[in-house]
Amino acid sequence: MTVAKPLPHDAAMRHVTGEARYVDDIPVPAGTLHLAFGLSQIASGRWTEMDLDAVRAAPGVVAVITAADLPGHNDVSPAPTFHEELLSSHEIHYAGQPLFLVVADSHLAARKAARLAQVTAEETEPVLTIEQALARDWRFEEGPRVYGRGDPEAAIAGAAHLVDGSIEIGGQEHFYLEGQAALALPQEGGDMVVHSSSQHPTEIQHKVAEALAVPMNAVRVEVRRMGGGFGGKESQGNALACACAVAARLTGRPCKMRYDRDDDFVITGKRHDFRIDYRAGVDDEGRILGLIFEQFCRCGWSQDLSLPVADRAMLHADNAYWLPAVRIVSHRLRTNTQSATAFRGFGGPQGMLGIERVMDHVAHALGRDPLEVRRTNFYAARAEAAQGGQPPVGPFRAASPRSISAKMRGEEGAAADPSLDLTSRGAAQAVAPQPAPRSEVPGSTTPYGQVVEDFILPDMVARLVESSDYRARRAAIAEWNAAEPICKRGIALTPVKFGISFTLTHLNQAGALVHVYTDGSIHMNHGGTEMGQGLFQKVAQVAADRFGVEVERVKITATDTGKVPNTSATAASSGSDLNGMAVKAACDEIRDRLATFVAERQQADPATVRFEGGRVHVGAQSYPFEDVARDAWMARISLSATGFYRTPKVEWDRIRGQGRPFYYFAYGVAVTEAAIDTLTGENRLLRADILHDCGTSLNPALDLGQIEGGYIQGTGWLTMEELVWDTRGRLRTHAPSTYKIPACSDAPPVFNVALWDGRNREETIYRSKAVGEPPLMLGISALMALSDAVAACGGPGAPYPALDAPATPERVLAAVERVRSA
Amino acid sequence: MEITLTVNGRAQALELDPRTTLLDALRDHLQLTGTKKGCDHGQCGACTILLNGRRINACLTLAAMHEADEIATIEGLAPPDDPGALQAAFLHHDGFQCGYCTPGQIVSATGMLEEARAGWPSHVSPNLEAEVALDRSEVAERMSGNLCRCAAYTGIVEAILETAEQERDVEPREAAE
Repeated sequence: MTVAKPLPHDAAMRHVTGEARYVDDIPVPAGTLHLAFGLSQIASGRWTEMDLDAVRAAPGVVAVITAADLPGHNDVSPAPTFHEELLSSHEIHYAGQPLFLVVADSHLAARKAARLAQVTAEETEPVLTIEQALARDWRFEEGPRVYGRGDPEAAIAGAAHLVDGSIEIGGQEHFYLEGQAALALPQEGGDMVVHSSSQHPTEIQHKVAEALAVPMNAVRVEVRRMGGGFGGKESQGNALACACAVAARLTGRPCKMRYDRDDDFVITGKRHDFRIDYRAGVDDEGRILGLIFEQFCRCGWSQDLSLPVADRAMLHADNAYWLPAVRIVSHRLRTNTQSATAFRGFGGPQGMLGIERVMDHVAHALGRDPLEVRRTNFYAARAEAAQGGQPPVGPFRAASPRSISAKMRGEEGAAADPSLDLTSRGAAQAVAPQPAPRSEVPGSTTPYGQVVEDFILPDMVARLVESSDYRARRAAIAEWNAAEPICKRGIALTPVKFGISFTLTHLNQAGALVHVYTDGSIHMNHGGTEMGQGLFQKVAQVAADRFGVEVERVKITATDTGKVPNTSATAASSGSDLNGMAVKAACDEIRDRLATFVAERQQADPATVRFEGGRVHVGAQSYPFEDVARDAWMARISLSATGFYRTPKVEWDRIRGQGRPFYYFAYGVAVTEAAIDTLTGENRLLRADILHDCGTSLNPALDLGQIEGGYIQGTGWLTMEELVWDTRGRLRTHAPSTYKIPACSDAPPVFNVALWDGRNREETIYRSKAVGEPPLMLGISALMALSDAVAACGGPGAPYPALDAPATPERVLAAVERVRSA
Repeated sequence: MEITLTVNGRAQALELDPRTTLLDALRDHLQLTGTKKGCDHGQCGACTILLNGRRINACLTLAAMHEADEIATIEGLAPPDDPGALQAAFLHHDGFQCGYCTPGQIVSATGMLEEARAGWPSHVSPNLEAEVALDRSEVAERMSGNLCRCAAYTGIVEAILETAEQERDVEPREAAE
């Protein structure tokens, strides 16, 4: 077995020796040109004149391209119903918007020349804040989207206690250490090869084809690896790839573009910032009887992926809690700022933080332990989940292999218009909703009608309460706080229940291509991209396991739109689930052919043939795998196969907010202890204990890394990473000097992370669970621990801290003063 | 201008614009792309190299200033097929995810271990005079100039601590011989 082993990343040795190549490291042909955008300095209005003479005359400049020079579509939007210009044809929507493109013989020459433009513009008053957007009713979709059930107003009116408030939740810059980059290499006949640092090669291919006015088959996109993505490379690489391709077409030379870090901050989108207002009616135990959320989501100027992001925030407004009567209202507001985009969790973290704030607030209002309030409100642990939700052990049913070329054919009512980008999550409106009636299971049904079938959180919480010594530490902290006047400590436990699947149902598909060569070596390709999450190694482990060989025999190759077409973005935590299954289907196809071949030769039953230890076993005989491969080739048996997978069971109507958007849920629990200095607001994390559910982990080492990294990235979002725009809409935090992400010394000094030992009740690849996004939300416990520490500053009857995120020292200090002044 | 840079023990003549940073000289002119450009502002540490054995950010210095210096990059730490102790420890402890910061982390840690051996105190050292005892908080403090957005810090610290311990175990024996 090569699965479930803690093997290192696929290119581990190349990473530690510096050999691993990213886009900017690829040796380029002589004569390669370098690109830079000229950017808008104003946030709103229109440019009337651009004097680019000085730019053209600058040393090293080969060409300057404006919107009028573009050979094809001037659109890099992933949303088919929204137009997002590569270069502004006049309208200006945010400070940092690309206006023109400089092509020069060096990166520095291009950047310097871009500063020499004289732009005359008519500036208008920008819409920057949630309040301004509401006042102007500037939003995406016709009005707020509303999901819910029951009569929450009546439930709140009839409840013993009303708890209401509001939380502001900041955005987050991705700060992938490798900035956005692309390289376009012109080919004969107008074809284009593009190397892109992208989570979505098919999207790059699609947008480049449109930009060049050529069919998609004239563009091939290759992605070997990214130096971090985190969602920031799902749609935000389109502009660079299109710019390179267009410049390469116009100059006939290879073109490369890499955003300087400041430009990357200023041009590209970030996590959506939110304000969430809440009104909860609760009983004396803190049980929620009725709850109304109003989510205000700042989407920036472009639609991008904002609709599914805002949907996912609504779908996580329950987190782990049964809400008998609930209304969730979501406003998707437009502002003259960078287009907020995908970021690990994709709206889920914001929605989840809303309900965790409610739990914390309810506990404070009633003077109860927050953990008990959370437990009181948990979804019911259903009978079938009592043994960890594990179905009986049995052989895994292989997905029926089918050809990749057939996969879009007649499925899911895919629209015929070729300009529609069906592979993008931004295509949310392009697909007809499907009715999905569903029966309610009281205590176990989410507000959107999906039954929570494997609610393992009560058991996980019990285990972590014990292993983290939560109760004793909580008592010790209370004692310490009573004696300590200046510093205060806090502790909090928060759960995570995260829905796994693309909410745009048709994206839940994947393809793979596997070859076995006559020397027994294996070449594997699938639609997923590697950004550090370890996808390539996990999927290689699957391939090796299917053939019973060591993983070293499997060649991991760059993602390539010429090998596996029409792929979905590597996003929504779905990479291993989808691509692992597709690769398994392809491997099993070849394996079945080999089994039939050797069985016939030995006059045995093909079902008895085993692939183990690098050998093929049939009856009492066994042969080296490479001998079987060679003999099969001699017998004219194909050693190449495609594999395809589509996630079963999911069906979802995003307009009505009803159905089963998720194949399953991934769970986690975290306990964080934090300390604050009440004189300065400075704070730090002292200890974190985590228990996380990866089903049967495909690779425990890689999964642990995802959990630790996700938690820390989550604490960064909620405690230190602060984006500041000035009153003119200019982002003032555009470099690591002004935007602080967690450093080595910010990780909690005591950090205990464990995997929950269980299997996925659904038939995922080797019963594993997705792990990319869910751990980020474990970081919510850090904000709640800080809130607990602030609350310790107040006497009896002191107000709730209402700590907003990120809980920077300023915000912590303000909350301390608020609590103390009462 | 013409300059000669000595990188990983090899002197190489280059024709450079005098304003070229050492990082760009390494990456764009010597094709040593193991040293990464993360922020180009001296704040992320991805471009850390050793200058006469001391760690610096290659993006914050001009190539023209280093004609007489010994420059070491990730490529020079060990032959590709035979990683050094620190590199092996990063492999063993999974001290990375996307790998982009990794060369900088490893070069920085190489320099940091040397600083600790030389007795340089850090912000968290309890005693400025005593020998440095590297523990988790010392390593975290001394490595806080190398950002890892994947936050593989647990593995990074473990890898460095393990290497430091191995060296501690080896050194007394060498001294005794």
